[in-house]
Amino acid sequence: MMSRILAVSASEFAIARRNRWVFMATGIMTLFALALTFAGAAPTGSLGVDLLTVSVASMTTLSVYLTPLLALLMAFDAIAGEAERGGLALLMTYPVSRGELLLGKFAAQLGVLAFAVMVGFGAAGATAALAGGAGAESLAALARLIGTSILLGGAFLALGYAVSAVGGSSTGAAGLAAGLWLVFVVLYDLGLLGAVVFDDGGTFTRTVFPWLLTVNPADAFRLWNVAAAEGVALATGMTGAASALPAWAAPAALILWPLLALGLARIAFGRIEP
Amino acid sequence: MTDKPALTLEKVCKRYGKAEILKGISLTVKPGERVALLGHNGAGKTTLMKLILGLTKLTAGRITVAGAEPGSAAARRASTYLPEAVAFHKLLSGREQLRLFARLAGESPRCVEPLLERVGLGEAAGRRIGTWSKGMRQRLGLAQALLGQPRVALLDEPTSGLDPISRHDLYAVIDEIAARGAAVLIASHALTEVEARTDRIAILRQGRLVADDTLEQLRAQAGLPIRLRLTAQRDGAEELQTRLGGLRVNGTAVELHCRPEEKMDRLARITALGGLVADVEMAPPSLEDLYRHYSGEDRR
Ligand SMILES: Nc1ncnc2c1ncn2[C@@H]1O[C@H](COP(=O)(O)OP(=O)(O)OP(=O)(O)O)[C@@H](O)[C@H]1O
Ligand SMILES: [Mg+2]
Repeated sequence: MMSRILAVSASEFAIARRNRWVFMATGIMTLFALALTFAGAAPTGSLGVDLLTVSVASMTTLSVYLTPLLALLMAFDAIAGEAERGGLALLMTYPVSRGELLLGKFAAQLGVLAFAVMVGFGAAGATAALAGGAGAESLAALARLIGTSILLGGAFLALGYAVSAVGGSSTGAAGLAAGLWLVFVVLYDLGLLGAVVFDDGGTFTRTVFPWLLTVNPADAFRLWNVAAAEGVALATGMTGAASALPAWAAPAALILWPLLALGLARIAFGRIEP
Repeated sequence: MTDKPALTLEKVCKRYGKAEILKGISLTVKPGERVALLGHNGAGKTTLMKLILGLTKLTAGRITVAGAEPGSAAARRASTYLPEAVAFHKLLSGREQLRLFARLAGESPRCVEPLLERVGLGEAAGRRIGTWSKGMRQRLGLAQALLGQPRVALLDEPTSGLDPISRHDLYAVIDEIAARGAAVLIASHALTEVEARTDRIAILRQGRLVADDTLEQLRAQAGLPIRLRLTAQRDGAEELQTRLGGLRVNGTAVELHCRPEEKMDRLARITALGGLVADVEMAPPSLEDLYRHYSGEDRR
């Protein structure tokens, strides 16, 4: 089983290198992370934290948008495209299961994403640390940001496979992936914000709302980073919800999401007739 | 072992929505046997192969592949498939693509190079498949169908896109697969190739199996008429027609049809005419006539 998963991910990785996904993802991450770090360099003094902390805070916000986007862009074609080309039918005549195919692709694309995140945020973090200093706490925050970004990417890669299987065709899957991004990253938060404003500090805001945040992987990601580091919380202004939840809630949600999404993708994939 | 069928189909039915594509197909193929699967476009040849491979589900009936259920791990290990339209990833090189298949099939990557040589891709193997010609991709498809020790080989229009020499090579490879003990099922439209290169012919017509026998048997059962073309001496065509019947073809020739068992009798009568006949040409029913007969095209 392991050797088949490795075989799939090796060829998937070769493809990602050749269609320049490795280069593109890493380039975009690095560029945005560096730009935000320099943009954040100006108002540091007022908060009384080091530059790396500010940099991590702004990269957290960046990652919420960018990581799911890159993950979905990489994943949406994984099954639909293969089925359209006819390659899936041939693959399925080999003694390889759908789960193994899925895991092979997942391992390769998660590797690409992890590389991009580590290089991009690592470079920006190093720049910030050199320019404005860093402490043990801010270094830990940077490591946490990188780790949680990889988990977030994993969740959205797997969600991307699910829409790729459901979409029917490449274009259908692309549309669904765009919708998914919009819902999880933008609309969900807008909806919650509306509800909180309407509730005006009532029971909903104090009890239900924080838990609803953990249901969305993008918010769970934000919560984890915010709750774990006071400096980052200060810089993003998201302390309220974080303190209302037990410390394990956001990490548990973010770790469960990739697994859950992979399960979903496997079910959707199982319904495809190549 | 040799007499137990490697592939059996019993009353196989397949429906897509309301459309009945296959209606009760029963067929067996023994190890080492090469069976041609003929039939008009849309007859259900590809669908039948997909059922055998477990790519799509049976509506009714039963299929066993080397004793196993279609789509099971054992059946997948025992079978190979060359699809109708071979699609590989265009960014991978031929070698990388074949290596992936080898590893999925549980074969050593070391078998890849000899296979590439075997299908004549030794030189192109390092280039990306996106830059290959159709025939080269078809050969790569054949190479992956050769991986392992297949007990059942399903080849869907294997010669499409191949030049005459490559076709010849391809059938040599198919013979080799069969000689190693695989049951081979070849869907094809190339009648002449099938005639020379297969042991048995199965013909599908609108989802039914209308023929399943050796070519000789099919010829005998069809009882198609033999065509005799007589060329008359000088102005004798008129008289020839009144004496033997048949059809005037042009100024000097007459065409007759007779059943195979009447052939000798007819010939005797023709030779009795002596000098009236300048020449006799005899044409047994062609493979195409036979195909038309069984696939029902002659009744349109
Ligand atoms: N997935 C599908 N859904 C609905 N109908 C299908 C599907 N696949 C095949 N068919 C129908 O089944 C019939 C048989 O198709 P099939 O591809 O088996 O024909 P074929 O004998 O291989 O033809 P050809 O010689 O053109 O390759 C066709 O009428 C086709 O429209
Ligand atoms: Mg076909």
